[in-house]
Amino acid sequence: MSTTNGTIAPEKVDFSSDQEVRWCPGCGDYSILKQVETLLEQSGRKKEEIVFISGIGCSSRFPYYLDTYGIHGIHGRAPAIVSGLRSVRPDLSVWMITGDGDALSIGGNHIIHLLRRNVDVNILLFNNEIYGLTKGQYSPTSPEGAVTRSTPMGSIDHPFNPLALFKGADATFIARAMDRDPKQLREVLARADAHRGASMVEIYQNCNVFNDGAFEIFTDKATKPMHTLFVEHGKPLTFANGTKGICISSEMKPRIIDIGPDFSPNDCWVHDERDNFKASILVRLFDDPRKENAFPRPFGVFYVNDRVTHEEKLNAQLARARELKGDGDLDKLLSGERTWTIG
Amino acid sequence: MDKTLHHKHIEERENVVILFAGDSGDGIQLTGSQFTDTNALFGNDVSTFPNFPAEIRAPQGTLAGVSGFQLHFGSVEIFTPGDQSDVLVAMNAAALKANLSKLKKGGIIIANSDGFDPRNLRLAGYPEGAEPLHDGILANYTVHAIDVTKMTRNALADVQLGMKEKDRCKNMFVLGFINWMYSRSLDNSEAFLQRKFSKQPDILEANHRALQAGYNYGDTSETFTTRFEVKPAPMPKGTYRSITGNQGIALGLVAAAQRAGLDLFYGSYPITPASDILHELSRHKNFGVKTFQAEDEIAAICSAIGASYGGALGVTASSGPGIALKGEALGLAVMLEIPLVVINVQRGGPSTGLPTKTEQADLWQAVFGRNGEAPVPVIAASTPIDCFEMVFEAAQIALECMTPVMLLSDGYIANGAEPWRFPQAKDLGAIKPPFVPPVIASSDAGGEKRSLFHMTEPFLPYVRDERGVRPWALPGQAGMQHRIGGLEKEDRTGNVSYDPVNHEKMVRLRADKVARIADRFRPIRLDSGPDRGDLLVVGWGSTYGAIRTAALRLQEEGHAVAHVHLRHLFPFNKGLRDLLKRYDRVLVPEMNSGQLRHMLRAEFLVDARGLNKVQGLPFTSEEVHAAAMELLRTPTPAEA
Repeated sequence: MSTTNGTIAPEKVDFSSDQEVRWCPGCGDYSILKQVETLLEQSGRKKEEIVFISGIGCSSRFPYYLDTYGIHGIHGRAPAIVSGLRSVRPDLSVWMITGDGDALSIGGNHIIHLLRRNVDVNILLFNNEIYGLTKGQYSPTSPEGAVTRSTPMGSIDHPFNPLALFKGADATFIARAMDRDPKQLREVLARADAHRGASMVEIYQNCNVFNDGAFEIFTDKATKPMHTLFVEHGKPLTFANGTKGICISSEMKPRIIDIGPDFSPNDCWVHDERDNFKASILVRLFDDPRKENAFPRPFGVFYVNDRVTHEEKLNAQLARARELKGDGDLDKLLSGERTWTIG
Repeated sequence: MDKTLHHKHIEERENVVILFAGDSGDGIQLTGSQFTDTNALFGNDVSTFPNFPAEIRAPQGTLAGVSGFQLHFGSVEIFTPGDQSDVLVAMNAAALKANLSKLKKGGIIIANSDGFDPRNLRLAGYPEGAEPLHDGILANYTVHAIDVTKMTRNALADVQLGMKEKDRCKNMFVLGFINWMYSRSLDNSEAFLQRKFSKQPDILEANHRALQAGYNYGDTSETFTTRFEVKPAPMPKGTYRSITGNQGIALGLVAAAQRAGLDLFYGSYPITPASDILHELSRHKNFGVKTFQAEDEIAAICSAIGASYGGALGVTASSGPGIALKGEALGLAVMLEIPLVVINVQRGGPSTGLPTKTEQADLWQAVFGRNGEAPVPVIAASTPIDCFEMVFEAAQIALECMTPVMLLSDGYIANGAEPWRFPQAKDLGAIKPPFVPPVIASSDAGGEKRSLFHMTEPFLPYVRDERGVRPWALPGQAGMQHRIGGLEKEDRTGNVSYDPVNHEKMVRLRADKVARIADRFRPIRLDSGPDRGDLLVVGWGSTYGAIRTAALRLQEEGHAVAHVHLRHLFPFNKGLRDLLKRYDRVLVPEMNSGQLRHMLRAEFLVDARGLNKVQGLPFTSEEVHAAAMELLRTPTPAEA
């Protein structure tokens, strides 16, 4: 295979592998790869202590492009591979790369179980609302009515609200970012990396070939202020360059307010990323942005919880067993508790 | 206990099969396993098979609720739990009805008459007015009807327990009686009760009394004029324990991980009849055993792959339906060329099939059941003890040859038990995975040969040694970073490659590596019989006992019949081709429609004939004997 690198010239060459990056020119994946490389370099971690595990799909080629350890797995099963690896290697930094089809369709069962178990891994879910590698079928996040190669009359399937699903599975870190906002993406990635437990980062990623502009309303300079809400711990929820905010009514319903003579930022809901119930509401701000009076789409870290990880509990049980019974003695195990002697 | 034998007559028996049967709640499994222990301690060879109802709490008194425990013990070597039983202990009418066909003509029935009241007879489906214990339909058998319930209650008259608790001691009365009948001391059962109920003196006393009462009943009742005796078997000297096939697998895995110096990771989803492996392993966390009850079968195998990638011994087990789900991931493990042990405790199929019944119909699934050409070594265990040895070998092959390995067991040996002269840890083989850099204790030749793995720059994950085996570099090892995956690999570098010639080369390299694993197998050895002759019976898996028993009988009768039992099904043992040529006829008994036979015919162009039974039941040795005799009467393929 060729080892030349003609398509991309990353500044941080250290973490790049010798493999040619083969995403379509203009794909949002490039931006994510670059931010991850930057983050890894800044983290000061050794390459050999990092493992990237992926499933199948365009995004899942990611591990090939980094000079770390990695497995390009099978469709939807990365969470299970991660769970096994993590169980035996709590010393590593483990990252999982997946997409909307990989994580939410074929791997839907595994992702919810990984989250409830709280396996320590940084999950980057590239959501482009389309199947790219199989050339343009609708995905479980495609909006109803989406016209794709497999839905010429429009999709009749109601899409997932991914973050609400993950909240339902008791994920301990939930965040959203987008490929076209590299700074915010890098900040969220750093937070995810710092979190001990399953860090779920949904990244809106543009597929310029099969679903170009799916998130344009959130990324375009003209529409971004009205349609996006960047949440920050301890800060009021305001958007539209500070002219609008979100408050919670006495019936616990979120509402858009105009900041001005009637309301100040002090009247807005203050984001608390440790608040379980508020996070459940926040992930539900998922209106179709084209709808009138739609809530803006939140980005940033929605929720953090320091629940003990799966592997910590697993290893604690092993330590406890050793405390109670001592290190395993194979001869004792083979003889069992009841023996008899002949001769 | 030292009982005077009074006036009772004692008859010696070489071997005896007893089938204990009753409601799930009657304590049948406990009675059976206690009497098994007593006989094993006495020095008999034993083999057992429990038969659980498929439903967890089937209605009391019905045929569906009958639980059974079959024990075969003898003063001779015992190879199976027995074809037909000499004695049937029936705790109720349903137990009799469900098991009468398994009793030899002229056999002894010990019936709890209280379990034959009109209600029980109706639940068992006997016609109105039937009285099986008295109406002559059992004229061909010796029937001992004992009102176990009444006698137990009488024995416990002054014990302060509720009636329900007292009735739960019925099985001890039966155990006491059976001990008397076979001239066994109660010492072992007494000691067992002492251990089990040391903290519940009332219950201990009640069980103790019921046990004694059963024994005394045999001794004093005029009805019983004969006792039996089974002398000790000429077992090799040594220390023994009892082991089931599933226990054997669990222990073999722990042993293999210890010998390899690795943690054991077991990813599994509950399924009959494999779940006991998970239960057993989850008890041994102090050996570094990590069990993971996954969300499904696919996650179970994928988690094991992840653990192997991290440097543990990754293992998953299931039964046929679960193995089907694992197929794609097994293909991934073939591509990744990483160690993985996959165990299939087979059951009746297809689909959900017969979960609690035995079958060996997943051989083709094991050998051929993947997309693309994805060769996986397939080996099979033939007895509960063999489960330990074969799973150890499976782990050894997986770890030393960097490949997934499939081990086939089945429900019959998974739950069956036999005495095991267990090995010492130090006598188990060594396991040396091709780690990079190799651990070189001294500058021996082996170490130098392997060093080629880490001398290359950059590290090449798919460079191979003389056996075709690639190196195992673990995350955390500096300078060895590499990416592996399910896409076709370029030779040596492991980079993704769509090159047509490279693809064919890789298909061949993977196949060659697996084929060469046959080089390490022990030479093929006949189980019994002459090294050339009229007939070779070729078996695999749990049919071992029935075939061995039949073959020994055929040889005693003067027939030139030999028996070989295959442990290595893919690749075959190298000596098999030559062995098959030395017999005029080949018979392959299988609990399927002829899967091994098909493979033997394809591989060796041999006119192998089949004895095939697909009833969810093991062969009887009689069936194998009859099929062999019939084949011996036909012209040889050469003559025909």
